[in-house]
Amino acid sequence: MELIQYALDNIDLLASRTLEHIALVGVAVGLATLTGVPIGIAITRNERLARSVLYAASIIITIPSIALFGIMIPILSLIGHGIGYVPAVIAVLLYSQLPIIRNTYTAINNVNPALREAARGIGMSPNQRLRMVEIPLAVPVIMAGVRTAVVLNIGVMAIAAYIGAGGLGTFISRGISQSDPRQLIVGAIAVSLLAIIVDYALLALQKRLTPKGMERAASTA
Amino acid sequence: MIRLDSLTKVFDTPKGAVVAADHISMEVPSGEICVLLGPSGCGKTTTLKMINRIVRPTSGKVFINGDDTTGMDTQTLRRSIGYVIQQIGLFPNMTIEENITAVPRLLGWDKARYRERARELMAMIAMEPDAFLKRYPSELSGGQQQRIGVARALAADPPVMLMDEPFGAIDPINRAVIQDEFLKMQQALNKTIMFVSHDIDEAIKMGDRIAIFREGRLVQYDTPDDLLTAPKDAFVESFLGEDRALKRLNLVKVREIVSDEIGSVSPGDTLETALTRIEDFGYSNAILMVNDKRQPAGIVSRSVARTTKGYCRDHFQSVPAAVHLDDDLRKVASLMFAHDITWLPCVDDDGRVCGQITQRAITSHLGSRYRAHQAAMGTADAAAKE
Amino acid sequence: MPIQSMKGALRALLLLAVFAAGVWSHASGIIDDFLWHLPDVQYLAVEHLWLTAMSGSLAIGTAIPLGILLSRPSMARWAESLMQVLNVGTTIPTLAVLALSMSFLGIGTVPAIFGLFVATLLPIVRNTYAGLKGVSPALMEAAAGIGMSPAQRLFRVELPNALYVIFAGIRTALAINIGTVPLAFLIGAGGLGELIFTGIDLYDPVMMLAGAIPTALLAILVDALIAAIAFFVVPRGVNPAR
Repeated sequence: MELIQYALDNIDLLASRTLEHIALVGVAVGLATLTGVPIGIAITRNERLARSVLYAASIIITIPSIALFGIMIPILSLIGHGIGYVPAVIAVLLYSQLPIIRNTYTAINNVNPALREAARGIGMSPNQRLRMVEIPLAVPVIMAGVRTAVVLNIGVMAIAAYIGAGGLGTFISRGISQSDPRQLIVGAIAVSLLAIIVDYALLALQKRLTPKGMERAASTA
Repeated sequence: MIRLDSLTKVFDTPKGAVVAADHISMEVPSGEICVLLGPSGCGKTTTLKMINRIVRPTSGKVFINGDDTTGMDTQTLRRSIGYVIQQIGLFPNMTIEENITAVPRLLGWDKARYRERARELMAMIAMEPDAFLKRYPSELSGGQQQRIGVARALAADPPVMLMDEPFGAIDPINRAVIQDEFLKMQQALNKTIMFVSHDIDEAIKMGDRIAIFREGRLVQYDTPDDLLTAPKDAFVESFLGEDRALKRLNLVKVREIVSDEIGSVSPGDTLETALTRIEDFGYSNAILMVNDKRQPAGIVSRSVARTTKGYCRDHFQSVPAAVHLDDDLRKVASLMFAHDITWLPCVDDDGRVCGQITQRAITSHLGSRYRAHQAAMGTADAAAKE
Repeated sequence: MPIQSMKGALRALLLLAVFAAGVWSHASGIIDDFLWHLPDVQYLAVEHLWLTAMSGSLAIGTAIPLGILLSRPSMARWAESLMQVLNVGTTIPTLAVLALSMSFLGIGTVPAIFGLFVATLLPIVRNTYAGLKGVSPALMEAAAGIGMSPAQRLFRVELPNALYVIFAGIRTALAINIGTVPLAFLIGAGGLGELIFTGIDLYDPVMMLAGAIPTALLAILVDALIAAIAFFVVPRGVNPAR
């Protein structure tokens, strides 16, 4: 009861921090999609390169976020952005690479060889194959990668409150430092709900972006 | 016309170079279907795929309608050749209409023209345009999908088509139906077609010519009849099978060896007349009875005619079977075996009797080719001796 | 060839950079600062690993039996909806899990281990369940057909065939676990997070790095260790990695 009261009393703050959270994750994952998808497509042309890129991305994602912040702050301080949203956005960008690159790469690589041969056989150029066949077929899987990245990074962004990036994590950090369970719990629940809701919303988007003829195939996959 | 000139493919594998196709030279005349046949790994598919450069030739040339394709742009070349593959390869993200208009759209046709073409194509493959054009491949059965696959290959009306085991993934019953439909279409379209198969029966049915491959080489290239009559070596012989003479039955229509001469009685004739006719025509067992439209109505047996008095209409047995002029001899032979008889009446489109076919005539027709072949071999041997 | 020479140049450049960094750090006395933190790093790293080992083994020990239980035919009615709940659970950020754990259990090691345990549990249950459900029905029918008891089927057919997927779950889970351990400091459980967070508060870059670099290295090492164990433990016939 006390919690609901607190949440209602601070509804404006809650809303603005939620928006801040969404905006930071959205911008960063958006940027990550712009880099990750082309990289994922490019590395389908060279298997050795693909292995090194995916390996590097999987190492990066293994590094705990707070450790990544700890490493980035001293470096970014050199250009005057040690704390705040710059390191947070960079971290989200980096963490997003693995799910997005990996899913793009896998999806394009898994396009049925018979379709690829049919596309070549009827005289599509490599770019036409990519645009008319491979990318449309890969979109659902790429979207799944984006979704994974977004959910993961909603969590990372919560931690980024400790380096002054704002967002819903601020409630949790203040809750802990001020020993205020109301802020703590409201923050934790808010960030959890955000992750769950965004996950479902992106799942719905993913289904809408699935080419119509593939719905059955996608639902059995 | 498709002409291959010393077409060769060498694959570099970790175990060394493998010659998949070794100096293949052959020519498919315009409007004919040539079936490339052989066991797996014999080079037939590689040869086919070198024509539209899905496999890049190591050396040699491909001519289409007399033009060397070597200098042509790959995409342009492919758009001018129809291509059908076993896995069908319809794009699941596109509707049926988008699939079959893929090549016209690549060629930059305007919308009205390619939509019109889509409807034409659907009519050609006997599928209702309004019911199917807006649907997706996943909503169609395997047989329907492959028809669409063929329609897609025909979309830009290419003079030449390449088909890689196109009906291989379809169940036997539907396969026969689609093969028949395709042959009918081909009669109207007159495409020059190369067709890969591993099924000898399909090759005999579809091919105007058959090319037998083995270990990357073209072993024999002949019409089905010549191939079955005179296999060039032991490999071709064993590949065609011990029953290859029977397979020739598929190639001959009743029309070709039917004998116009057939004695018959009508229901109103007496059994005495029937006996006389049986003797006159030299039939050993029975004579055909026809109705006033000359349709087969029954048979009167010699023993009944000899021992009984009365009219034919009261003393006949039912006709075991009759064959149509366009049936092949395989069906005839099968009916003869099934009913333990040595002759069958033949009927035309209206069901009227127009002749008969006998076991003797079949054996003699098949045998004449072998005799001719042996005689030719004999003179060749004699010529070689001199 | 140009790629080869580019690689060579890149490697030379990298070596030069490392060397320059070494010279600079020596000159600025940063290495001495690091060494000053060394005893702390050692002590906290042990604490760090202990948190992972404790919560991780508890989670594995609970999650696998739970996954097996859910995959039994008798549980089929509940399993799917329960998996849905677990899937929702995995989207909850780990900081929120720790924060909630603290608000109910207070501060210290116990709430930290409990929070880590929960965050680690879910992916393993999910993969155990999915792995067992993914065993081909033909295989199960064959196993039943040759007269294996349900227990024999589980231990001789289902688990060996699901092992690769289960290990993938363990690897994901422990990556989440070791990524969350530094946050355990926030609820009073120690670990290398102490150096990072204190470093951030005091704006002491050396302290931050003294915490962050070992944290990153530990995470990469643990991940590699699990991958290596999976590589050797999962039978070759059902191990795509081999």
